[in-house]
Amino acid sequence: MESETNKFLDEFTQSEYKYGFVTDIESDMAPKGLNEDIIRFISAKKNEPEFMLEFRLKAYRYWLTMKQPNWAHLKFPQINFQDIIYYAAPKQKKTLTSLDEVDPELLDTFKKLGISLEEQKKLSGVAVDAVMDSVSVKTTFSETLSKLGIIFCSFSEAVQKHPELVRQYMATVVPYTDNFFAALNSAVFTDGSFCYIPKGVRCPVELSTYFRINAANTGQFERTLIIAEEGAYVSYMEGCTAPQRDENQLHAAIVEIIALKDAEVKYSTVQNWYPGNKNGVGGIFNFVTKRGICKGSNSKISWTQVETGSAITWKYPSCILLGDNSVGEFYSVAVVNNYQQADTGTKMQHLGRNTKSTVISKGISAGMGQNSYRGLVRINKNAVNSRNYSQCDSLLLGDKCGAHTYPYIQVENKSSIVEHEATTSKISEDQLFYCQQRGIDKESAIGLIVNGYAKEVLKKLPMEFAVEAQKLLSISLEGSVG
Amino acid sequence: MLLSIKNLHASINGKEILKGINLEVNEGEVHAIMGPNGTGKSTLASVIAGREVFDVTEGEIKYKGKNLFKLSVEERSREGIFLGFQYPVEIPGVSITNFMRTAVNEQRKYRGLDPLPAGEFLKMMEEKKKLVEIQSNLTNRSVNEGFSGGEKKKNEIFQMAILQPTLAILDETDSGLDIDALRIVANGVNTLRTKENAFVVITHYQRLLDYIVPDYVHVLFEGKIVKSGFKELAIELEEKGYDWIKKEFE
Repeated sequence: MESETNKFLDEFTQSEYKYGFVTDIESDMAPKGLNEDIIRFISAKKNEPEFMLEFRLKAYRYWLTMKQPNWAHLKFPQINFQDIIYYAAPKQKKTLTSLDEVDPELLDTFKKLGISLEEQKKLSGVAVDAVMDSVSVKTTFSETLSKLGIIFCSFSEAVQKHPELVRQYMATVVPYTDNFFAALNSAVFTDGSFCYIPKGVRCPVELSTYFRINAANTGQFERTLIIAEEGAYVSYMEGCTAPQRDENQLHAAIVEIIALKDAEVKYSTVQNWYPGNKNGVGGIFNFVTKRGICKGSNSKISWTQVETGSAITWKYPSCILLGDNSVGEFYSVAVVNNYQQADTGTKMQHLGRNTKSTVISKGISAGMGQNSYRGLVRINKNAVNSRNYSQCDSLLLGDKCGAHTYPYIQVENKSSIVEHEATTSKISEDQLFYCQQRGIDKESAIGLIVNGYAKEVLKKLPMEFAVEAQKLLSISLEGSVG
Repeated sequence: MLLSIKNLHASINGKEILKGINLEVNEGEVHAIMGPNGTGKSTLASVIAGREVFDVTEGEIKYKGKNLFKLSVEERSREGIFLGFQYPVEIPGVSITNFMRTAVNEQRKYRGLDPLPAGEFLKMMEEKKKLVEIQSNLTNRSVNEGFSGGEKKKNEIFQMAILQPTLAILDETDSGLDIDALRIVANGVNTLRTKENAFVVITHYQRLLDYIVPDYVHVLFEGKIVKSGFKELAIELEEKGYDWIKKEFE
């Protein structure tokens, strides 16, 4: 299966994205600022049913009553929400005729990541002779999935074609009242992905945004909804190791996962948004709300993330363990270099009996970077015989960066066990010298040591992601030690 | 001549440790450097390998006719200098296989060779493991993590066998070894001895030199080589201790 997936990936990524809603709405753009008219405009543009507009307006009105949270260990300038364009057709990128026209720094990174030439062209917007018609590739893929009853499409498409499913599940895990950025997203989200795995079906491929023809520019307010019916299984991959640049500085996404009885959802992310330059100028502000609910008994949700990008990361992929015997997992590697700041972690809410959660967080700080782990483990009174194991490790490179750990633990019954381990270490001069004495230069040595440190998390990633993620870690830390 | 050290002075944090070392090593030779604790034996090894914490204040080291001080630590390694560490460090999560493969391929790159195919590399690992009697599972473990003292030292010799250096400096490789491990380590070294390479063996005890027979023995005391001789000198030192040298020197 794996090789089939790769074959598909190869074929697909070698063809050019050239149709779909992007061209249709090219000329559309809302004026700057946010008000009810803008929201009506977005909803109308997307031809949404009435319930969706109502949802957006309720979210907007609620958002107006809220204040931007300031509890995170992050420093950034005030965001002017009236200075943002909330609806703009994705701009058609200027098509380049050869790789010679692409920023050499970008090409260098592609090379280090081992991304194929064809793929490099696609990612940097160089016209490629389509080996295969992209329409037929997409059709083949969709056919395979639809035979199994799997729905995998853009969020907009789901609103049109499966409004009943969207209505039933949307905002049930992350209500618009949840937090400031979730309310904002609920009011103005433009697109995202939708995934539905029917009862008893095991999705045979890793679902990746790679496959999504309409993922070219989902914009700054992305919304993803994944539903796994009883006994279903899906592994979903989000993001890309290749550097992603975006003109929008503010990103506020929502991801919701619903796992019913005996279902399992594995969600993997590699986040490599533009982190800003070496002096901390520019870079994406990434405020994400990700949450899954293990609704049925014996269900399982597993989050794996490798966060190397963005100037600001505010993100806590969480699990509500409602079903008895349900399992929540969070595996994270977060890297900050130069002036990057990350405040990331998870919330494990144990509600059902015999529920289990595992948290492995590996923070890596370099340069002037500030890295915080913030995690809540809450075991409800009724969640008897529950267990949590948390391990939060911090690795420091240099003496100007910071690592902070904020664990919150609440246990309301006596039969449950919570374990928390935390370590902070430095890459030692001795380790570097040892590697160098064997002929490995300093930068490669750092890459080797960091990957060893993060191994526990990296091995949770799907194979095709893991290799690239390893290289990405090394690249993110280049120049961090003199 | 492979290695030529002239009037080498080196200090750490302003404190002079090496106070004028002179040493010449030719291909095919084994030199033993002996001496009491804290006389600069390990410092000498570190300075040859290029450890930055030491400041070389005077003197020169030529290796294969080149000024060694112009080469970085990794370049010295790629030019064939190997240091067997007295205290090998642990690198958690990095398998020995991955570590050594990275090292081998860096060295090959330096010589303009393509990376060694995975199959060939693993075959070489298997061969070299036998040389130091390493049990099979060792290669899947992280570098030195959870290794016993003996395993760490065997691992150093194992790495040396893979990298095939021209000049190997073994810094108290015998310390903390039981007699079996000592025999294995020495056997490894003896197997790797050729007419083209040389060994500098740093040790406290004559014991190791029963197994690795040196061509020359030097006594390092207070930052200087105060006495040089043949293998008989080591036996004399074992019998008399270092006191007579100290007296002679003072």
